[in-house]
Amino acid sequence: MYTPSRSIALALALGTVCSVGCAESPNLGRVATPEELAPWDISIGPDGAGLPAGSGTPRQGEAVFIAKCVACHGEKGAGKPNDQLVGGRGTLAGDQAPVKTIGSFWPYATTLFDYVRRAMPLNESKSLSNDEVYAVVAYLLHLNGIIEENETIDARTLPKVRMPNADGFVTFTRGK
Amino acid sequence: MTRKRRPPIAPEDFRAAGGLLDRRIFLAGGLAAGTLSSSSAGAEPLSVAPWMKTPGSPFTPYGQPSRFEDKVVRVWTNPPNAPGTGAARTPLHVLNGTITPNGLHFERSHSGIPDVDPDAHRLVIHGLVRRPLVFTMEMLARYPMESRIAFIECGGNGGSLYQKDPAQLNCQGLHGLVSCAEWTGVKLSTLLDEAGMEPSAKWMLAEGADASGMSRSVPLVKAMDDALIALYQNGERVRPSNGYPLRLLLPGYEGNMQVKWLRRVKLTEEPTMTKDETSKYTILTPDGKSLQFVFPIEAKSLITQPSPGLTMKGPGLYEISGLAWSGYGKIAQVDVSADGGKTWAPAALQQPVLPMALTRFRMPWRWNGGPAVLQSRATDETGYVQPTRAELIAKRGGKTIYHFNGINSWGVDESGEIKHVYA
Ligand code: HEC
Repeated sequence: MYTPSRSIALALALGTVCSVGCAESPNLGRVATPEELAPWDISIGPDGAGLPAGSGTPRQGEAVFIAKCVACHGEKGAGKPNDQLVGGRGTLAGDQAPVKTIGSFWPYATTLFDYVRRAMPLNESKSLSNDEVYAVVAYLLHLNGIIEENETIDARTLPKVRMPNADGFVTFTRGK
Repeated sequence: MTRKRRPPIAPEDFRAAGGLLDRRIFLAGGLAAGTLSSSSAGAEPLSVAPWMKTPGSPFTPYGQPSRFEDKVVRVWTNPPNAPGTGAARTPLHVLNGTITPNGLHFERSHSGIPDVDPDAHRLVIHGLVRRPLVFTMEMLARYPMESRIAFIECGGNGGSLYQKDPAQLNCQGLHGLVSCAEWTGVKLSTLLDEAGMEPSAKWMLAEGADASGMSRSVPLVKAMDDALIALYQNGERVRPSNGYPLRLLLPGYEGNMQVKWLRRVKLTEEPTMTKDETSKYTILTPDGKSLQFVFPIEAKSLITQPSPGLTMKGPGLYEISGLAWSGYGKIAQVDVSADGGKTWAPAALQQPVLPMALTRFRMPWRWNGGPAVLQSRATDETGYVQPTRAELIAKRGGKTIYHFNGINSWGVDESGEIKHVYA
């Protein structure tokens, strides 16, 4: 028999298809403008979507690194006391202990911009200008032998940087 | 009241080698006296304690555990220079039941615990949506809510078991990055429906408001299925170390994705490829390739009592007890072995058994005082059986620290000491 309570259940079951502003939803959120969201919209996709204006070179980045990063990541990113950022190529396969760094392991250069801008330097994150982030990214890519010393890193060039371990990842499927 | 007593343990009560008994023995009523009670000869009369003679302490606004429980605490490790980066572990070996007290829930943070003012905090939903939305905490509190009991386990929990030699740690040190709570909040699908998803949206970036802006990509299918914007943890507001004023709950998924202090959800076509889904939380295998997007936790179990660091107090009847869980659903069965996996007997599962929640198992054991190797093996409702450590390592190698779910072995020696061993 078709009862009213069943019809409610049916409506709820179909409720997932409702798109703009479901009638039965509280709809309390305020519509946000792009300008309002801009300071929060800091994530960078692997295609470079979201990269800001600005640029930097390895040489400029060396100064940033010495001023802001070396205390924790060591000279030329060699590590100690915190993560090693350079080297380790060729250590992923085989029996030796893997040394995972930006150069040996990271599949996308865009991740480096995203992460340094949001999280580093650890004790004063989000303090670097976009130019400084581009520069220190360029420096770390250069130390890892990925770009030349005179290359400029910006929104156009960064997504084109091919990382040594770009093909090193396989999407997991259960049971494999 | 009269209650039927069981006859003393008989040969037909044993279910596996090493003294493992029928799981129903404790449930079937008290065991007949004689086998267990210790000698009463020369016992002093019981004394009436001082706390029965004067009034106790007055009320307090927020209760604390007994001062005698001050060893039941989290322990943590952090990298140099970074006191707020690292992980604090739940003392599984001294807890019972399935719900983790809020003050003991494990924590993993990447740049400290932020002191988020709920009045200043916002949740933004944007990206591939028709209407980007911003919510205050007050607005969210007006939404219909639901509760669910769910475990959260760090993707790196148990990582030390990939090492060549068994780390001499207790359950807390080995596996303390798993906890379970009742989480209450707003279904993420409700908010996503209000924002109106573009058909091209397949993923969402979840981002926290901590100093590291912790961020992970989550498949939109999961977000629409059972994701919760959790505002409450075991009935009270989520603790700061677990994401106050709100965290993402993705039942069954590795903890790192269940972003704390959630401030932003951005719908995207592809994963954002954040640091924690590339450099970290990927499984490097022996051929040099890494498995990426390993989201649900596979079935896993461990015996919490007895366990390394605890000591057996002489031969006799004990309850073996432990925890089992699966990110793919309910636990269907837990088997226990006392002879290093040669013979097994099914444990009793404490009800209710809930999907993606810690499940307590119990097993009566008569320890004869000889050497034993205790193991537990979980099977989940999909039929997946927890592998031995050797099987897991044969497949994965030892170059990773993530998603260890192999069988654990606790070696008991004649003195009653319990050690982590590989068997
Ligand atoms: C106070 C110490 C400190 C300073 C200063 C610091 N870092 Fe870090 N860095 C850390 C810690 C700790 C981590 C690990 C964070 C985690 O576990 O989530 C880290 C992680 C990183 C990583 C990720 C490494 C990996 O392979 O996953 C990068 C890249 C990085 N830092 C770059 C920088 C740069 C660039 C600077 C300077 C602008 C900097 N850091 C300054 C402490 C520091």
